[in-house]
Amino acid sequence: MLGSGLIKGLKETARNFVGSYVSEERLPTIEYPEEPAVVKENSRQFPFLVYDGDEPEAGLRCVSCQICEKECPPKCIYIVKAKDKKPDFVGKQQVYPATFDIDLSVCMSCGICAEVCPFEAIFMDTEFDLANSNRFDGLLVTKEHLAKPNAHLQKIHPTLAAGIDQRRAEAVKKQEEKRLADEAKAKADAEKKAAEAKSASSAATPASTPAAGS
Amino acid sequence: MSQSTLTNPMLASADQFLVNLKHSLIDRLPEVLQMPASILLTIVPITVGFATLFALSTWAERKGLGRIQNRMGPNRVGLPFTKWKLFGLGQPIADGLKMLIKEDVVPRNADKVLHFLAPLLLLIPAFLAFSVIPYGDGIVPIDIDAGLLFFFAVGASTELLIFCAGWASRNKYALLGSMRAIAQMISYELPLIISTFSVIMAAGSLSLVSIVDAQTGSLLNWHVFTPWGLAGFILFFISSLAEANRSPFDIPEGESEIIAGHLIEYSGFKYALFFMAEYLGMFAMGGLAITLFLGGYHAPFPFLEGWLPGVFWFVLKLVTIICSFIWIRGTMPRLRMDQLMNFAWKFMLPMSLVVVVAAGIWRFAGGPLIGWPLCAALIFGAYFALSQGLYRARNWSRREYRFAE
Ligand code: SF4
Ligand code: SF4
Repeated sequence: MLGSGLIKGLKETARNFVGSYVSEERLPTIEYPEEPAVVKENSRQFPFLVYDGDEPEAGLRCVSCQICEKECPPKCIYIVKAKDKKPDFVGKQQVYPATFDIDLSVCMSCGICAEVCPFEAIFMDTEFDLANSNRFDGLLVTKEHLAKPNAHLQKIHPTLAAGIDQRRAEAVKKQEEKRLADEAKAKADAEKKAAEAKSASSAATPASTPAAGS
Repeated sequence: MSQSTLTNPMLASADQFLVNLKHSLIDRLPEVLQMPASILLTIVPITVGFATLFALSTWAERKGLGRIQNRMGPNRVGLPFTKWKLFGLGQPIADGLKMLIKEDVVPRNADKVLHFLAPLLLLIPAFLAFSVIPYGDGIVPIDIDAGLLFFFAVGASTELLIFCAGWASRNKYALLGSMRAIAQMISYELPLIISTFSVIMAAGSLSLVSIVDAQTGSLLNWHVFTPWGLAGFILFFISSLAEANRSPFDIPEGESEIIAGHLIEYSGFKYALFFMAEYLGMFAMGGLAITLFLGGYHAPFPFLEGWLPGVFWFVLKLVTIICSFIWIRGTMPRLRMDQLMNFAWKFMLPMSLVVVVAAGIWRFAGGPLIGWPLCAALIFGAYFALSQGLYRARNWSRREYRFAE
């Protein structure tokens, strides 16, 4: 019948209109600056450097291997290696970056830096409202501003952070076990050697004792 | 006047509050000033009232369309310099300011005089159309015997000015757009006018005041509650959508084909004037529909009559009509030019003629008991036959692609 389609359409729009007042589903708008935007766990905006503990400088995971610098497609990372070293999370001595800058205006948010980093030191942040009232400010983000605590990573990428934390905890544990084993072995060795030396010294002549001890 | 039909004199005075106010204001003035003051007191409320209604309805339209499309609509601009957003009610003010301070571009080759005059002159018929509509008991700017004729005559002159705008712009899109607008308006003017014949026949007069008086009493006396009135109202409503260039008949500005049509070379305040004239035309059409079919300024039930001024009921009905215009705009896609013309000439025109015949039958059937089934059967039969016939006559077939493939 002529006109039945019109009635159907009018019914549908009326349902939308009324529904937008009563159901969340028919009005999914989030009024952004007043209401916080819902950020997806997998979203990525701009990289940041992770540090462990409370000290940004001491806990920085980056070892300044410069892989990310080389892999970054638009070449917006700039790293200068430090001359000295500092212990990393397992106590090994590693180089650290003296300078670590990322150019915000060049970064294309590809996330390759986070992908390639073998030290789990750089990740993509989900913070998106990076706008500034001055167009020249805050374009070069330095190490001080890039460094963010591990807690931040745990907050924005919980699944990712959980896996990494577990792996790192295991590495620390393994290191500890190895150290204990090494210590035990060293102790056993020393004891064995001492025992051997003892038996040797008791067997040998008193004149040869210093040679056996070395 | 319908004062005689109101039995209670106190109620009548409540209804006459606005009229008395105006008279008491004028009586205080010296003799020479009384005439101009009376004219001013008629013109200013109409101009200001409908301009405000225009501003509010642009807001309501954006809000309503937004809700229909699961959006919020404008919700940022509220009271200036405060935190109050008021659901974005400040938006019309911001829009108006924006339109005022925008650059006014006139094409180099345009006919400068006509290009300038078209939007200004367009406002004259748009406002003149309001002069014959009765807004309340005794509140009608000019009560002329042929008010309906005057309304249509004035309304038809907008077509000339739209063509003026299209011609003066010296732009192919503008010209094509205005030609389309005129083709559409002239085609729909026929069913628009013919669908009012039944009302003229029933009231026996062309005066809008006596047409409203014929609908005094309760809801049941309204013309829309007769078979010919209902059909006539629907036909009138559809034609007025087309006359006011409203969706789904907003062909003159089909963005994908002719961009903005005759408005393409207009910017800034001139564009706003066109926009305003379009909305004023819509209000005038709504006002006429109320007057002809929906009982004018009368309350739906006799016991409500007199408590509130008739203007209130008129505005209430007008707002309802505007809301349904918005609802339809949010629902229907735009028609194609040939669909539009087919609909006008093959469906609307025959139907409106059938309605005239039905009104004649009603007149001589002698009472609703016989009249209702007779008229309803005639109108529905014509509707059914026409729609079936048009479906058959479409003769749709698979499209042959000669060059593609
Ligand atoms: S996200 Fe991509 S562009 Fe940005 S710093 Fe990392 S690798 Fe470079
Ligand atoms: S962030 Fe990762 S890949 Fe880049 S220099 Fe530091 S350790 Fe190497």
